[in-house]
Amino acid sequence: MRKAPRLSRFNIASLALGLAFLYLPILILVIYSFNDSRLVTVWGGWSLRWYHEFFNDRAMIEAAWMSLRVAVSSATIATLLGTLAAVALSRGERFRGRTLFSGMLYAPLVMPEVITGLSLLLLFVALNAERGFWTVTIAHTTLTMCFVTVVVQSRLGSLDRSLEEAAMDLGCDPVRAFLSVTLPLIAPAIVAGWMLAFTLSLDDLVIASFTTGPGSATLPIRIYSEVRLGVKPEINAICTLAIALIAVVIVLASLASKLSSSRGESAAPL
Amino acid sequence: MNSRRIFARPARFAAIAPYVWMVLFFLVPFAFVLKISLSQTAIAQPPYEPVFDLTAGWDALTSAFAALSIDNFKLLISDDIYVFAYVRSLTVAIIATAALLLIGYPIAYGMARLPKRWQAVAMVLVIVPFWTSFLIRIYAWINILQHDGLLNQILLALHLVSQPVVWLSTDTAMYIGIVYSYLPFMILPLYATLAKMEPALEEAAADLGAPPWQAFWLVTFPLSLPGVGAGVLLCVIPIVGEFVIPDLLAGSNALMIGQTLWLEFFTNKDWPVASAAAIVLLVMLLVPLLLYERLQKQQLEQGR
Repeated sequence: MRKAPRLSRFNIASLALGLAFLYLPILILVIYSFNDSRLVTVWGGWSLRWYHEFFNDRAMIEAAWMSLRVAVSSATIATLLGTLAAVALSRGERFRGRTLFSGMLYAPLVMPEVITGLSLLLLFVALNAERGFWTVTIAHTTLTMCFVTVVVQSRLGSLDRSLEEAAMDLGCDPVRAFLSVTLPLIAPAIVAGWMLAFTLSLDDLVIASFTTGPGSATLPIRIYSEVRLGVKPEINAICTLAIALIAVVIVLASLASKLSSSRGESAAPL
Repeated sequence: MNSRRIFARPARFAAIAPYVWMVLFFLVPFAFVLKISLSQTAIAQPPYEPVFDLTAGWDALTSAFAALSIDNFKLLISDDIYVFAYVRSLTVAIIATAALLLIGYPIAYGMARLPKRWQAVAMVLVIVPFWTSFLIRIYAWINILQHDGLLNQILLALHLVSQPVVWLSTDTAMYIGIVYSYLPFMILPLYATLAKMEPALEEAAADLGAPPWQAFWLVTFPLSLPGVGAGVLLCVIPIVGEFVIPDLLAGSNALMIGQTLWLEFFTNKDWPVASAAAIVLLVMLLVPLLLYERLQKQQLEQGR
């Protein structure tokens, strides 16, 4: 048995300070979203008036709706493609162009967004595509499927491959072995990948700015243009709602992965 | 072993759809960037001279090749604005990454020394802010740093300053924003290597008479270098091309390359120059990008 490492006072202090640094700004923002005063920094008592203001702001609501639609559709396509890519990379035989394939999938993870956005816009202009919902969705799918690939691939890498082999020794064909053995086991990673794709899409400003057309701004684009003009209490309320939405998604997804993992252990192989 | 091979064959077909998608929406667009960076600016919609027109036949194609020019790249080198922007981007990325390492390392180290049960909790706590929007996190800091914001109110109340300090539109604000946004990217790879390390190593050093800082510096730190490398690359590459944080938090007198590119594209509508700037940025990042890719591949494909 290995002894638990001792925590020094320095360790505790750096952890406490680090977490405070990460959470205080968000906490302050949430608190100020309930501030009744028009001046963002003067406390005028608790109130929901900025939420009320947001729900009456048609342009903001429209942008939020656009963002949600893009996030759901791009995350779904990205999860599908990303999972396929992860399976090919971690289970497939060597195939021609494999290096190029993995290179294309890892590069967007760190590629500056201005480059990705610019290059996709030039493609859409050259194709004469009408810019709006679909171009943003395609752009976000391209970015987020790479993240899904990494998440699912690392789960596949840690999986015991003898399970698949056992299924096939017992007479399953490869597709069925994948569907009934591998897929349930990597389901939590797929759910996590979808969530990651969803939030990344909801979050993105730069790529969406390049690839969207007039009249179809996403929420970050609207927020960004408001913030450039100065701080508005309404933005605090929108941000708090976005944080709440993400929190709900995280809780739901962790519940889903708990459910699926307990089911995956007990279910008899089909 | 045999069933592994049988499984591998259909798995290969899984690559087709994502492969086609990435070629179409990742590789081909780069060809367009390259092409437009070599064409002339035109006052038209779209604002560049078409370089290739495949319908016009071979002769047109060869003359189009002759018309390609590297003028845009010459402009980038000769114009101070761009040279400054590239230098500033690199400087900001290096300083910010150094700060991230200094702040992130003690946090990751503390996490790795927590009891196992608490490590998982700490990891979730570090990841959760990453899930909240980038823009929201920057906006949260604008709230705090503005003229009559919380920070100035606290400083005034404590009589540390006699009048409000200007935080917004300064490099300090920008560095705070960058460190805040990228901290999880630095902590997680560091934590991953530190958590795997055998604590007995440091204890052995202590038993042999090394004071704690020496045990750390001679044993722990060298062993954590792979994590340091991953964290540094994960931060430095995107920071060089960062747009939102400098745009909202830093002043407008010294622009980073991401901002220059944005300005050139959206305000000046000079797409060829913007494309050339993107190509140069990409070339600048090529070495760290390739390093990062190799690292990522090694990590993910250990299971193969």
